[in-house]
Amino acid sequence: MTAASPAFAWSRVVAVFLKELVQMRRDRLTFAVMVMMPVMQLLLFGYAINNDPRHLPTVVEVRDDGPMTRSLLASLKASSFFDIVAVARDDVEGDRLVRNGEAVFLIVIPERFEERLVRGERPQLLIAADATDPVAAAGPVAALDAIARSALAPELSGALRPLAPSAPPYEIVAHRRYNPAGITAFNIVPGLLGVILTMTMVMITSIALTREIERGTMETLLSTPVRPVEIMLGKTTPYILVGAVQTVLVAIAGRVLFHLPFTGSPLTLLVALTLFIAANLMLGYLISTVARTQMQAMQLTFFVFLPSILLSGFMFPFRAMPAWAQGLGEALPLTHFLRIARTVVLKGGGFDATGRELATLAAILAVLTIVSLVRFRRTL
Amino acid sequence: MTAAISVTGLTKRFGDRTVVDDLALEVPRGAIYGFLGPNGSGKTTTIRMVCGLLKPDAGRGRALGFDVISESDRIKERTGYMTQKFSLYEDLSIRENLEFIARLYRLDDVKGKVDESLEKLGLSERAAQLAGRLSGGWKQRLALAACMIHTPDLLLLDEPTAGVDPKARRDFWDEIRRYSRQGVTTLVSTHYMDEAVQCDSIAYIAYGRKLVDAPTRDIPKLVGLSAWRILSSDLDAAEAALRGAPGVELVARFGAELHAAGRGGTALASSVSALKSSGATVEPMEAGLEEAFIHLMSHSADNFR
Repeated sequence: MTAASPAFAWSRVVAVFLKELVQMRRDRLTFAVMVMMPVMQLLLFGYAINNDPRHLPTVVEVRDDGPMTRSLLASLKASSFFDIVAVARDDVEGDRLVRNGEAVFLIVIPERFEERLVRGERPQLLIAADATDPVAAAGPVAALDAIARSALAPELSGALRPLAPSAPPYEIVAHRRYNPAGITAFNIVPGLLGVILTMTMVMITSIALTREIERGTMETLLSTPVRPVEIMLGKTTPYILVGAVQTVLVAIAGRVLFHLPFTGSPLTLLVALTLFIAANLMLGYLISTVARTQMQAMQLTFFVFLPSILLSGFMFPFRAMPAWAQGLGEALPLTHFLRIARTVVLKGGGFDATGRELATLAAILAVLTIVSLVRFRRTL
Repeated sequence: MTAAISVTGLTKRFGDRTVVDDLALEVPRGAIYGFLGPNGSGKTTTIRMVCGLLKPDAGRGRALGFDVISESDRIKERTGYMTQKFSLYEDLSIRENLEFIARLYRLDDVKGKVDESLEKLGLSERAAQLAGRLSGGWKQRLALAACMIHTPDLLLLDEPTAGVDPKARRDFWDEIRRYSRQGVTTLVSTHYMDEAVQCDSIAYIAYGRKLVDAPTRDIPKLVGLSAWRILSSDLDAAEAALRGAPGVELVARFGAELHAAGRGGTALASSVSALKSSGATVEPMEAGLEEAFIHLMSHSADNFR
């Protein structure tokens, strides 16, 4: 009788690994998608997403006529915040344009604006925003004050001098640290790398086992001496390479197209990436042990995608969420990767600044791995 | 010398349906053991339990000397399992499939073993062809090659020749016989009589229970059938007359003749003899395997519903 086969053999891991590589190579479309997706998404979202909206369509309702009104109107037109799409003479036209979405802002210069201003009656300037999207409305509303101030300053000279607003007795100085120009792409690109990796890695391994089950090959696989942990390692490691390729593509594009600075420790980022990719692969693999069909697996991956995008701090500020949502977010690998990536790439951080996040990522990876192995069915 | 497979009380339930019920099986080493029974009788489930792919709900046993429940890893090492449906990778080439399996068994000289196997298959020139592009007969030969590549001691073949032409089926059985001579034990499930007669012994199961388990040549006697051959110019009329006649449990056409069989010898004889008046020729014959199994199949339903 031959000796018992060892409970773990690297040679069997290699066997599964090589098989997966061949299958990956043969499935050209999927491979192309995995390589092209990062580039396409980076171009798309890197240029598309802007947290500092400008050139918003605006209608101005002008009920006064005079040099001050004209100068105000000219300043609004010159501002990068507002694009004046129409100048209305009454409130019916202005309301209509905002209601049907042709304009996001309605600015009203009231009757006898100039006359009342000169009399010192402090006339009101109304700005009505379509706040169905509060984020888009916030910036320009704040900007209006500054625009009006500078537009009217030249008019308030000579006899009108006393009406000119005096400077407050203090000065506020704001520093936008780590991203002085407030460029959204600097925030988006490292995050996008995380989102892309989450999507491809989770999706690809979520069908790892269900595909074998659906094609009937699982029966052959299970009838051989291969062990669950060997299947798991052999099936996931090829995609670490795919993740590495995606990372390099995003890094190059981020550098060349978005001039993303890289100020921190590359080694820290490398460790974080490895942990992050592995955690996502395990998450997908776990889905694969739960789902019975590829279709189910795909549906389950969306339970990962949406929270990852919405609760991780990628789209919306993490700290603005209620505590329970932050708790959910903390369980997602992407949340921790985003913090590390932004810390390293923009803030120049290294292991000292990211130690806790790295440890959390490693813990998530460990839990996912153990649960996957427990969930793996060795019988049909 | 212990038996290659020795299980008792094997039971498997799916929900409230008992698929295999208290099954015992004893397969001697080197034997070719046929596993017969209608569709859904529990053949596949039994085979899967023997090689550790399914966990029995009750029962115990050993395969190749290892416990089927606690030592299935050891059993898998020495067993080749050929599934009913082709279950190798259709997107891998013939060579890649064999290499993959060979590596999983940690064979020493993977390339050498695969080359040898390809040579034997007669597929050396087509080694780079994708398995999914092969015809049914070639797929089945590839599957057999794959489950033989680690020279197992036990072969479990689940309806290996379903959908394969007679020539390919004959070649396949020549191969199985060759392995048997080398001491490989084979448990093969099948529907085909021409395969059943190739087996040394046959276990017949229906509705999860074993009805007959005996050397192939003893089975007709065991079932206790007497049979008659009827030749007539109007077989349709003769068949109609025999259906439901006393003592006639089975009427079946075999080409240009009609076979009637039953366990009640005298009643059957008189029913058959009645046909002579209409000009038919009748003669007693030895009941064959085929009659025995048709009999078993048509009666198992009544006994076990």
